[in-house]
Amino acid sequence: MSLLEVRGLSRSYRNPRAGARGDGSVTHALRPIDFDLAAGETLAVIGESGSGKTTLMRLLLALDRPSSGTVRFDGREVVAGPARSLRWLRRETGIVLQDPYSSLDPRMRIGTSVAEPLRALGIDGDRAALVRGVLERVGLDPELAERYPHELSGGQRQRVALSRAIVHRPRLLIGDEPLSALDVTVRAQVLELLRSLHHELGLAMVIVSHDIGLVHHIADRVLVMHDGELVEQGASAEVLGAPQHPYTRRLLAAAPRLA
Amino acid sequence: MSLDVNDLVIEIGGRRVVDGVGFSVAAGQRFGLIGESGSGKSLTTLAILGLLPEGATATGSIRLDGEELLGRPDRELAAVRGSRIGTVFQDPLTALNPLRTIGRQLVEPLELHGGLRRSERHDAAVRLAELVRLPDPERIVGRYPHQLSGGQRQRVAIGIAVACRPGLLLADEPTTALDVTIQAEILALFGRLVSETDASLVFVTHDLAVLSQIATDVLVLAHGREVESGPVEQILAAPRHEVTAGLVAAARATSWRPAEGGAA
Repeated sequence: MSLLEVRGLSRSYRNPRAGARGDGSVTHALRPIDFDLAAGETLAVIGESGSGKTTLMRLLLALDRPSSGTVRFDGREVVAGPARSLRWLRRETGIVLQDPYSSLDPRMRIGTSVAEPLRALGIDGDRAALVRGVLERVGLDPELAERYPHELSGGQRQRVALSRAIVHRPRLLIGDEPLSALDVTVRAQVLELLRSLHHELGLAMVIVSHDIGLVHHIADRVLVMHDGELVEQGASAEVLGAPQHPYTRRLLAAAPRLA
Repeated sequence: MSLDVNDLVIEIGGRRVVDGVGFSVAAGQRFGLIGESGSGKSLTTLAILGLLPEGATATGSIRLDGEELLGRPDRELAAVRGSRIGTVFQDPLTALNPLRTIGRQLVEPLELHGGLRRSERHDAAVRLAELVRLPDPERIVGRYPHQLSGGQRQRVAIGIAVACRPGLLLADEPTTALDVTIQAEILALFGRLVSETDASLVFVTHDLAVLSQIATDVLVLAHGREVESGPVEQILAAPRHEVTAGLVAAARATSWRPAEGGAA
């Protein structure tokens, strides 16, 4: 069975001033989309501003309600609702966002931030030991648990954000542009870390990005989104090697490449 | 226009953040400054413009066509900025005034430096909008920044930068905030404007792949110091310094290029 099963999922918004402006009354942020993600598989969602990739991510995490369709995680339907009703989904998922500085509370010690999901999810045991272990796993000195975010470099902060996303051992990691804010040498290190987490922990990943390089280096499969529509999906080697849709070709042709 | 920077030292609170940087850009040359956060690339750009933050001091020499800029009073530098040096920064939204029309902003340098008359405003704005390939120039000059897309806004910022036909165009991460297809269009626009107007270009970026598309020569900076310089192809193919080798290796490990004979 698929870990994630997405069927007919869409999201549209009514345009409040549509009548006055005389244009269409509905904005289709995401047109109906179907895809599956197997356990331990890495899926990249690529597209530019307005492609619907963030809308899709929000729906996968039940941060928004779909206009139609369903998301199933391990067979169980994901339905947006009160936090209590979603605790099971939070246990199974971890999230890494683009900017590690704004995703960490500046007044909270690193160790407290990383332990927060454990407390919120009611995971007992030696939390301090779990935090030290996960910090080591992402290549950080466990002593950093005593520090504050402003004392860390950008790369260290993104490692902390990653450790926080996996401390509760989720089966799915969702990343929204996880490398975009990093310097290139740090980017290479964090990319390598993501790959090793994927291989060693058998973590499935959905990586939302506009960065073809990241997609090429990490993804088994790719969804290409444009203007709220899924224009192409397939194995990443196939989509990048022989793109079928004109938009995919345009996107790949535009990607800056080293001479 | 040629630019010669020699032994540039920038200090902030007694700390050397740029330490003895020097490079020369010949008239019509496309030159890149590359480095990671804290390498001093943006401060070097600001020093050329005489726009260093409060408390920062610069020594050394910055000559534009042989004429020393460093140490000149701000009033004189203000006359150089916008007329002889055009500047484009990363975020076009913060560079534009939200309350003024696109047209007014496009021609502002011409009013300040070129004595543009009120009656000539509209036509000059439309010509600039055409130059940077904005869609529907006649209409767009009457619009406001929030009504434009990110790529269109950056075209406006570039239009403002080249309004007075400056001899030197200074661009600091001008495509970093843009989508990849828009980035490609903006890079092409820079290339075209530089060759059409015969201006020199100093392009600041952290992205080697972007750099290799726009610049012919490059200076690599790290922690405020020069690491190495030379033609972009040479730096990519045979970096001599370990910092450069690290940058190139990291860029190759994170970037994508189509396979030989690939469709893209």
